[in-house]
Amino acid sequence: MSIFVDGSTRVVYQGLTGSQGRYYGLLNRDYGTQVVAGTNPRKAGTDVDGIPIFATVAEAAAATGATASCVFIPAPGVRGAVLEAAEAQMELVVVITEGVPAHDEAFLFNKLRRDHPGVRLLGPNCPGIITPGQCNIGITAGHIAKPGGPVGIVSRSGTLTYQALYELQQQDIGVTTCVGIGGDPVPGTSFIDCLAAFEADDETRAVMMIGEIGGSAEEEAAEFIAEHMTKPVAAYIAGVTAPPGKKMGHAGAIVSGGKGTAAAKMEALAAAGARVGQNPTEAGDLMVEIVASL
Amino acid sequence: MTPLRRDRRGISPSTFLVSPPVDLFEHQGKELFARFGLPVPSGEVALSPEEAVAAAARIGLPVVVKAQVHTGGRGKAGGVKLAADLDEVRSHAADILGLDISGHIVRRLWIEEASDIAEEYYASFTLDRSARQHLGMLSAEGGVDIETVAARDPGAIARIHIDPTDGLSQQACRQWVQAARIPEAVAGAVADALATLYRAYVDADADLVEVNPLIVTSAGDVVLLDSKVTLDANSTFRHDDYAQYDATQTRDEREQAAHAKGLQYVGLEGSVGVIANGAGLAMSTVDVVNQVGGRPANFLDIGGGANAEVMSNALEVINNDPAVRSILINIFGGITRGEEIANGIVEATGRVAIDSPIVIRLDGTNAAEGRELLEPHLSDALMMEPTMLDAARRAVALAGAGGSQP
Repeated sequence: MSIFVDGSTRVVYQGLTGSQGRYYGLLNRDYGTQVVAGTNPRKAGTDVDGIPIFATVAEAAAATGATASCVFIPAPGVRGAVLEAAEAQMELVVVITEGVPAHDEAFLFNKLRRDHPGVRLLGPNCPGIITPGQCNIGITAGHIAKPGGPVGIVSRSGTLTYQALYELQQQDIGVTTCVGIGGDPVPGTSFIDCLAAFEADDETRAVMMIGEIGGSAEEEAAEFIAEHMTKPVAAYIAGVTAPPGKKMGHAGAIVSGGKGTAAAKMEALAAAGARVGQNPTEAGDLMVEIVASL
Repeated sequence: MTPLRRDRRGISPSTFLVSPPVDLFEHQGKELFARFGLPVPSGEVALSPEEAVAAAARIGLPVVVKAQVHTGGRGKAGGVKLAADLDEVRSHAADILGLDISGHIVRRLWIEEASDIAEEYYASFTLDRSARQHLGMLSAEGGVDIETVAARDPGAIARIHIDPTDGLSQQACRQWVQAARIPEAVAGAVADALATLYRAYVDADADLVEVNPLIVTSAGDVVLLDSKVTLDANSTFRHDDYAQYDATQTRDEREQAAHAKGLQYVGLEGSVGVIANGAGLAMSTVDVVNQVGGRPANFLDIGGGANAEVMSNALEVINNDPAVRSILINIFGGITRGEEIANGIVEATGRVAIDSPIVIRLDGTNAAEGRELLEPHLSDALMMEPTMLDAARRAVALAGAGGSQP
């Protein structure tokens, strides 16, 4: 089992004809993802390396049975692209694009919750999602992840996620699904959404969670872990020594007004029963211990 | 075309404008408010006592001489003074220019017509990330630090969550004003101002608009007497006018130089220069340098890959920081393979003359091949360690006494 995507997921790439959409779309297909269509209103009827291009997501879905979309559209077009995918009733919309205005993110989150409750938005500004061996949507290097289980990963950071996948692979530990929720202020999918899905997934028996400074998503996740998670969680929070008032790369990674510090997040997670590492390596070692004791 | 992500295939990182938050000076915020028809006092910018006097003469006395800095606490620091005549304008301007307010040196003044204050309120709009909706805060106790009000009497602040798909309705706005205990006589005018302020917050793509105080004059007029506005730099594609604010951002010189090269850089106080790919890994590297007893000079995220161009730019920025004693390069290869990264580093170190020793940690896809390529180039100036912790320890040791924590 896995969460959100598996080998049967059929994906349409919005922006497949662009340089990055093409590059990662074809990489994803090489990995084994069912990349069934692309969209571009000006290039409908053409193809990208054999993948048919349609004018709209709705047309692509009707012709190919796509149930998920991956958005490689520049930031100004993301709002429209996500609404288009939602109206075409995609179950999952993965937005890789970074630099999307926070007001657009807040609008999309509330619009989808109200008018398209069946649509899951992942991102924006996320590396995507991978169920190793079955489906890789986005920019994760698929070969650094070992298929199978028992670990599920959810992360706000791209490279730290890759690092976690790689360290687990080095220890011969498999991953059910790895979800990059992205580092923006209003992500479509939260830690809690992923924790709940992993808790319900039979094959996932432990969860690795990678957070960072800013906001209160990790504290909210800690509450969820304390109340609802029976599976063990290992966690790491980046930005322990980040100075207040400075955005550390990600738009959402900022300590302001004494809120969003790594220390508070680590404390909350530890109090909720998660095992918290001081650096990525230590968190990886903790997960190895957890898996050994399962 | 706007690149989707930094340093991906076929995208030159120099074409990408990295986006730190855009803080407006008080007068810029008020000018923005005025464009939406909000009532603000008239005023002029002055960069010298002479300009201040000339401005005051045009505006009409009395005036308030106000320091323009991107920080709070101006009043307490002596950065806001009332002047009854032109001599006072001159002497206040001379006193305030050059003043250090929490590390911000005053270089610009706002000369504003004095207002006759009867009531002082507080109003703000920001994004509540936890609720994923906009949050309005309003209090009849304005003119003081809102944190203090919140601590003393949380009930004195009325909060309203606004669904961005609905906006702020007139009815909700009225109820909000009532909940904040704003006197009935001015409630309508305050509600109208707040509705417009919300529109300004949304239309301007602001992270924050704060008005403290929002005043009522003895004549009963509502006036926005102060402004604190932070704009979302990610929205510049639909706000051509935001380029004007770029020149007035307070950044240290290192941040300015890195910004010009399209790098995600935050200046810190230490002597270990840090380069990593990915914001999370860069943050993590800064943490690990601290954990092993060193002090990082910066946070620098070069994005997903690590080609020669972006690496040379990063090394140049770090090399120009005189506090740097050693450089730690922490790269994890995902789709970008170890060989490409190694070649990038070798080429970059050949292009830029580096004053400090470099310690590299290279891991991930084809790390072994990458390390093999680096091997022949290793020296006292270019070292390699297998893990992040080892590399951090070595970089901290190389930075010597200056790199250690006191």
